[in-house]
Amino acid sequence: MQLSRDQLLRAYRDMATIRAFEERVHVEFAAGVLPGFVHLYAGEEASAVGVCMNLGDGDVIASTHRGHGHCIAKGCDVKAMMKELYGSVEGLCRGKGGSMHIADLSRGMLGANGIVGGGPPLICGAALSAKVMKTGGVAVAFVGDGGSNQGTTLESFNLARVWELPAVFVIEDNGYAESTASSWAVGGDQLKRAEGFGLPARRVDGHDFFDVHDAAGEAITRARSGGGPSLLHVVLDRYYSHFEGDAGTYRGPGEVDRLRAEKDCLKRFRKRVIESALLGKDQVDTIDREVAALIETSVREARTAAKPSAADVLTDVYLSY
Amino acid sequence: MSRKTYRQAVSEALRHEMRRDLRVVIMGEDVSGGLGAPGEQDAWGGPQGVTKGLMPEFGRGRVLDTPISESAFIGAAAGAAATGLRPVAELMFVDFMGVCFDQIFNQAAKFRYMFGGRAVTPLVIRTQYGAGLRAASQHSQSLYPIFTHIPGLKVVLPSSAYEAKGLLIQAIRDDDPVVFFEHKALYDDEEEVPDEAYTIPFGEANLTREGSDATIVAFGRMVKFANQVADSLEQDGIGCTVIDPRTTSPLDSDAILDSVAETGRLVVVDEASPRCNMATDIAALVAEHAFGALKAPVRMITPPHTPVPFAPELEDAYIPSPARIEEAVRGVLAAKR
Ligand SMILES: Cc1ncc(C[n+]2csc(CCOP(=O)(O)OP(=O)(O)O)c2C)c(N)n1
Ligand SMILES: [Mg+2]
Repeated sequence: MQLSRDQLLRAYRDMATIRAFEERVHVEFAAGVLPGFVHLYAGEEASAVGVCMNLGDGDVIASTHRGHGHCIAKGCDVKAMMKELYGSVEGLCRGKGGSMHIADLSRGMLGANGIVGGGPPLICGAALSAKVMKTGGVAVAFVGDGGSNQGTTLESFNLARVWELPAVFVIEDNGYAESTASSWAVGGDQLKRAEGFGLPARRVDGHDFFDVHDAAGEAITRARSGGGPSLLHVVLDRYYSHFEGDAGTYRGPGEVDRLRAEKDCLKRFRKRVIESALLGKDQVDTIDREVAALIETSVREARTAAKPSAADVLTDVYLSY
Repeated sequence: MSRKTYRQAVSEALRHEMRRDLRVVIMGEDVSGGLGAPGEQDAWGGPQGVTKGLMPEFGRGRVLDTPISESAFIGAAAGAAATGLRPVAELMFVDFMGVCFDQIFNQAAKFRYMFGGRAVTPLVIRTQYGAGLRAASQHSQSLYPIFTHIPGLKVVLPSSAYEAKGLLIQAIRDDDPVVFFEHKALYDDEEEVPDEAYTIPFGEANLTREGSDATIVAFGRMVKFANQVADSLEQDGIGCTVIDPRTTSPLDSDAILDSVAETGRLVVVDEASPRCNMATDIAALVAEHAFGALKAPVRMITPPHTPVPFAPELEDAYIPSPARIEEAVRGVLAAKR
C-alpha cells in the first residue's frame, strides 16, 4: 500500500512518541515517583501504529495491560495519559484508572485491561455495535501471546466468525508472558489455531511498520467491507521486562542489547524512508526533537497537576443511584 | 523459631507439605517461571516470589507452570483433587476469579454434596487480595465474601506470618476445597514463626487483644490495624478485645457472641465492599443472637461502595484506616442506650 508523505510522517511521529513516552516512564518509575503497576511497550511500536493507521475515530480497539502504545497510536492525548500515570485528577481517567486502565472512548480506545483476555469479547461487542448500527466501523483486539491462551480469546474467535463480525484480532507475540516463553505456553501454531476457527490469518514481522500496516490494512478492509473477522500474528519483542520492577532474569545474556541494536522498528523505519528518499533526514530529526519536547512538557505538567481529593472516591460508580 | 516474613511463612508451609506428601502439587502462572526461556529457570516463583525454590527441589512434575488459562488449570486442580492429588493452585490475584469461577463454585465446591458425600476435593486455591499497592480496580479487591457465600468452600484469611504458615498447612491437609487469601500488603511483615510444621484449626478465632470495654472483629490485614487501635486506646485506659476469626467459613460465631456478651459493644472491620460482606454478616449474627447484650448500635468500618481507585489520595481514602476504627470504638463507647 502506498503511503503519502503525511502518513509516513504521522507513522514516524506516533512510533517515536510511544518510544519516548515509554523510555521516560521507565526513568520516572525508577525514580519512585509513579505509583502502581506499569508495563512498557517499547520495542513493539510498529504493531500499534501499523494497525491503528488503518483506523479512524469511528473504529474501536481494545488493549491489554501493556496499553500505552495502543493509546497513543489511537490518538489519545499524551499529556493527559502522563497525568493519568501520575494519578492526577486531570488525567485521562481522572486518576481512577492508572496505567492498566487508561482509556478514551471518544477516541475509540476501549481501555487497557488488567485482565488478560479481557479485550477480545469486548471487541466482539464493539464489532456488533458497528454491524447492527451500520456505522462501517471495525473493532480490533490487541492480545498478547499469553492472552491468546485465554478461553475468552478463543471463544471470541468463534463468536466473531459465527456472527460474521467486522473484527480483527491482533496477537502481539513478544516471546514471553511474564517469564514464560510463548514457545512453551502456546500449543500449536497461531495461524493454524485461527484457521481452525475459520479466520483468515497472516503472520507479520512486528519490527517492520510496513509489513504490519499492509497486513492490517488487508484485514481491516476485509472486515469493513463485510468479509468478517480475521487474525494477525505479529512477531515482535519487548525491550523492558514484564513490568517495571521485574528483573527479567529469564532472558538470555545480551538478549535485550541485541534486540535494541538489531530489531528496532524505529531505526528500520528511518533507514527505509530516508534511503528511499520518501522523507528527508531533517524531517525525521525534527519529529524526534518535537516528540522529546512533548514528553518533557507532559512530565513537567503531570508532576504538578492537581491530585484528586478524597471525595472523588465516591463519584462515577453509577450515573444515578 | 526465627523471624520470618509472611512470604517466607507461606513458602515454608508449601515446602513442608510437599516433602511430607507426594500428592501435593502446585500449579499456576509462573509459579516457577522461565519455562522455555533462554535465561534463568525458576525465575519468578509467582508474582511475590513465594514459590521460588520449590521447582529445583521438587521438579517440574510437581511444580507446574501453566499457560494463562485460569479456567482450565483451576478446573484441572479441582478435577485432580477429586481423583487423588492434593493440588495447591495459585490464582495470581483474586480479581481473576472472573475467568474461572465456574470451576470453583459450580464444580469443586459442590462435588461432595451433589455426589451424595461420595467425593472429597482436597483443593487449595492460594490467591492475593486487598488494596494498598496502587494496583487499581482489577487487582485490589477483597472478594472473600463471595467465596464465603458458597456452601462447600472454606475461606481462610491469614492476618500475619505465624497465622499464614499454620493455616496453610491446615488448608493443605484439609479434605475440602479451601480458598486461601493472602493480603498483598502483608508479604513483608515479619514475626516469630516456628521452623517446624504446625497447624491452626479452622473455625477457631484468635483473640489478639483482650479487654472488656469493646469488641473489634477484624479480618486479614484489618487485624493489624485493629491491634494498633487497641494498643493506642489502652493508653487511655480503654480495653478492647480484638477477634481475628481466621476463617470466614467456617466462622467461629461463639467467640464473637461470647465477647459481645461481655463488652456489649461491637465494631467490625472489613476490607471488602460494604454490601453483603463479613461486617454485615457478623452484625446480623449479633443482632439475632446477642441483641440483649448490645449497649450500642454495631459499627461497621468498611470501604465505600465503589471500585478500588488508582490514585494514592483516592486509595488511601478508600481503605479503612486505624483512625476510622478508633473513632468507631470511641463512638460505641459513648453511645447511651
Ligand atoms: C486473567 C489474568 N490472569 C493473569 C494475569 C496476570 N498477568 C498480567 S500480564 C500477564 C502476562 C501476559 O502476557 P502476554 O499476553 O504475552 O502479554 P505481554 O505482557 O507479553 O504484553 C499475566 C500472566 C492477569 N492480569 N489477568
Ligand atoms: Mg507476551
